Amino acid sequence: MRQKDTNLHKIDWVTVGLYFALVFIGWLNIYAAVYDEQNATSIFDFSINSGKQLVWIGTAILLIIIIMVADYRLFHNLSLVLYAIFVLILFLTPFIGKEINGQRAWFEIGAFRLQPAEFTKFATALALAKVMEGPSFDLSKLKDQMKALGVIFLPIVLILLQPDTGTAMVYSAFFIMLYREGMPQRYYVIGLSLVGLTILTLAIENNLYLFGSIGVVILILVAMSKKSWQNAISFVFLGCIMAVYALSLDYVVEKLPEHQQNRIMVLFDPDVDPLGVGWNVTQSKIAIGSGGLLGKGYLEGTQTKFDFVPEQHTDFIFCTLGEEFGWVGSFVMIALFVTMLLRLVFLAERQKTRFSRIYGYCVVSLLLFHFTINIAMTIGLFPVVGIPLPFFSYGGSSLWSFTILLFIFIKLDSNRIQILGRSY
Amino acid sequence: MYTGRSLVVAITIGVIALILLGKLFLIQVTDDSYLRKAERNAIQRVVDHPYRGLVYDRNGALLVFNDPVFDLMVIPKDFSLKDTARFCNLFDIEKDYLIENFTAAKNYSWVKPYPLIKQISKEDFAKVQDFLIDYKGLFVMTRSVRSYPRSSAANILGYIGEISGSQLSRDSSRYYVQGDYVGHSGLEAYYEPELRGKKGVKYKLVNVRGIEKGAFKNGDLDTLSMPGENLQSTIDLNLQLYGEQLMQGKRGSIVAIEPKTGEILTIISAPTYDPNVLTGAKFGQNYTVLNNDPEKPLFNRPIMATYPPGSIFKIVQSLIGLQEGILTPNSTFPCNKSLVNCHNHPTPVNLFGAIRNSCNPYYHQAFRQVINQEVSTNTYTDTQIGLDKWQKAVVKFGLNNRLGVDINGEKGGSIPSSSLYDKIYGKGRWKYSTIYSLSIGQGEMLVTPLQMANLAVIFANKGYFYTPHLIKSINDDPSRIPARFKEKRDSGVEAKHFDLIQDAMVQALSGTATRAIMKDIEIAGKTGTAQNPAGEDHSVFIAFAPKDDPKIAIAVYVENAGWGGRAAASTASLLIEKYLTGEVKRPELEEYVLKGDFIY
Repeated sequence: MRQKDTNLHKIDWVTVGLYFALVFIGWLNIYAAVYDEQNATSIFDFSINSGKQLVWIGTAILLIIIIMVADYRLFHNLSLVLYAIFVLILFLTPFIGKEINGQRAWFEIGAFRLQPAEFTKFATALALAKVMEGPSFDLSKLKDQMKALGVIFLPIVLILLQPDTGTAMVYSAFFIMLYREGMPQRYYVIGLSLVGLTILTLAIENNLYLFGSIGVVILILVAMSKKSWQNAISFVFLGCIMAVYALSLDYVVEKLPEHQQNRIMVLFDPDVDPLGVGWNVTQSKIAIGSGGLLGKGYLEGTQTKFDFVPEQHTDFIFCTLGEEFGWVGSFVMIALFVTMLLRLVFLAERQKTRFSRIYGYCVVSLLLFHFTINIAMTIGLFPVVGIPLPFFSYGGSSLWSFTILLFIFIKLDSNRIQILGRSY
Repeated sequence: MYTGRSLVVAITIGVIALILLGKLFLIQVTDDSYLRKAERNAIQRVVDHPYRGLVYDRNGALLVFNDPVFDLMVIPKDFSLKDTARFCNLFDIEKDYLIENFTAAKNYSWVKPYPLIKQISKEDFAKVQDFLIDYKGLFVMTRSVRSYPRSSAANILGYIGEISGSQLSRDSSRYYVQGDYVGHSGLEAYYEPELRGKKGVKYKLVNVRGIEKGAFKNGDLDTLSMPGENLQSTIDLNLQLYGEQLMQGKRGSIVAIEPKTGEILTIISAPTYDPNVLTGAKFGQNYTVLNNDPEKPLFNRPIMATYPPGSIFKIVQSLIGLQEGILTPNSTFPCNKSLVNCHNHPTPVNLFGAIRNSCNPYYHQAFRQVINQEVSTNTYTDTQIGLDKWQKAVVKFGLNNRLGVDINGEKGGSIPSSSLYDKIYGKGRWKYSTIYSLSIGQGEMLVTPLQMANLAVIFANKGYFYTPHLIKSINDDPSRIPARFKEKRDSGVEAKHFDLIQDAMVQALSGTATRAIMKDIEIAGKTGTAQNPAGEDHSVFIAFAPKDDPKIAIAVYVENAGWGGRAAASTASLLIEKYLTGEVKRPELEEYVLKGDFIY
């Protein structure tokens, strides 16, 4: 007798509960962002974004039901097919997509507007899980590294053609999953060092200080490497490379068009261009910062309500929460996210198959990346890139794609015992 | 494999959360500058400017009122021009001016209104009103400017203008902000606190485009504006207008005071200007023209110009002599022209005759007795003691110090004491022969026309005066005028000494100013001719009338008009007639004064 696919008691209700909590809070904030005291409309009014979001939430629940009743094997078996389909769509998007804000990133089907790049995320996650699930797949081998990176970089290249730098950047999140699956640590050390050096190069105006700090670090390393002259020489060599990198970075940044330079420099000083590039982050910080400890109260925010913050219902939705619920509200919201992420790590680790675990980590990676970058940009810790806050931001593509992404994993998790019983 | 790395991932998640919460704590809880910035963003402080108080004359005729003007405001975001030339034509502006102001507007704010063209007059606005609809992002804000229906009394009413940087920094009450209008001179400046009213403030919520989104905190913090208080001036507009007419083409001053109250009836500075030119959009341009005018129309002569008083000062000398007991009505001196020049008249003269004939040698001799009372055997010391005593007595006539009129810029003039001559000649190196010019109101002695008129007040009142002032009541309440204007000030000369003086002044007219004599009204007056080494002498005349119940005391000072009897006395006489009878029935005299053109 074939076991029933949907075992309600095996669904991880903690994650499901967190999901609905976040979606609900997000929905309230979308209403707050469009709320107009003088022309108050009901939160259910379909003419405003909160009403429309309700439609997206309703259809997302439909998607959840479909995923939960579907055969879990489907996701495993169709993973590469889905990936192929979405890569094809991505390939076609620049030719047949609708141009919005200079990007051809959207498909228009009737009244709906969908962003294929959003959905490619879960397809890429499935494809990665599929490619990497074999017991002999070993990320310490260059050949396997190339396979995984190939799966990741194909959509990146296609999305960059749209061009949508923000969404393309999201795909680098998969490196978190790759780390868990055994990608050599030295890649991360080098990567993070490069990031650190980059930030230092941009933040420190005077190159003398920068080279001084590099010199000191290298001297310490040389002093610690008494044992071998070879090591000492290689450290000095490393220092030279760092200096050359810093110099060439400075050179490249100076050659960038001014608006792109500003976009970077605004991180270190939002007053570089307060009415231009700096406007978003300046206004966003004002909105959040003015919330204080307890916030101004629901629907009492002035900065978001009166449109001082652009894109406040989509990418800058966190401003509404920060302004109206203050630090305490931000704390609760971040706590919910962190709980969900840690729960997902826990769920991923308890998977019996490598496929499910890799997919679980892909979910963790994407959510963590979105969550971190989105909030970091609203408070001026990261350049403004147009990526939504999962479950919160207004918009069907975003909500649907994150719902699908998450619930495929919940589905896989709820069937983990059966999956164990099968052999691929 | 690699299960340990799940811990690293979990820790990374925690660290990220801590960094975000830490940064949030910094900007939300520890730094309150964002709250202030948010308020600046969304809470618009709309100042409600009150109407400035009106100014009336003593009979209720309007001197100053508020006229609406229009500021054309622009919201750069919404504004675009297809035909710049047409727009410039329509509003009568230069293209460069438009570009400059629009750039300023953009620099100020992309979304908030900024004045593109300031202070368009009612008439000009009517011309463009219908075309405004063709332009997006423009709207009109109504303000008011001062307006002067009779174009009169510019020198006392003063003008208003944007507050200056130094005025702003001196404003300890922090009432004013950049761009506010304040009184810069005249009554506008002196009574600024009464006239300005009280600004009201409304706090409005606005969105990013500056569109109103309702009241902040339901308007609990809003305050209403209070209109400025009205002033009733002591000026008699008809007399002022008549005096200004008589002074056309002349350089000089007229001051007329009601003796019993110190209320200034007329105070004229010639040449003057139309106060309406210092209002509205052309203020700056017109101000420069006036300021560079060699005739100095902005110079308020009655209170700022100082002259030697000349012969009118002989009355003060007489009174001091009488009060000191040095002179009696019978004191007689010969008209010895070897001492100082004089004109032909019977000699010797007693005091009465000396005033009537304005005898110079009489005062040369009488003043010597006042100064050299032989308190000291040393002539030099004796002169010094005598001069200082005399100076103290003269100062009591409201000379040497500012009288304290209620407009700014008043000069005090000067009556010399021994210290001045010590400075010039050295201590003990001057005596009466050095200073004898003072006896006839010449020499190192300066008074303002206002002080001259005040001397006439003292002669009319037989010994006292009130500080001359320009305000009768504030908001119809006479008790609110400054208390110092109600304090009697004593000249130090007893009333009994004035009878002879007044009679002599009545007689003086038939000696030196026959044109000033009127059939029905007894005028007491004294001419003066202040010597002017630079050209024609200045013509001075002080008078009061009627002699037995003085209702008007007057001083007329006409520069370069020659002998006092000619221009000044005739002008004063006409003004007295005008004030006391309401009309002038001496057309020949009127014509004579009007024809006189003494500006060279």
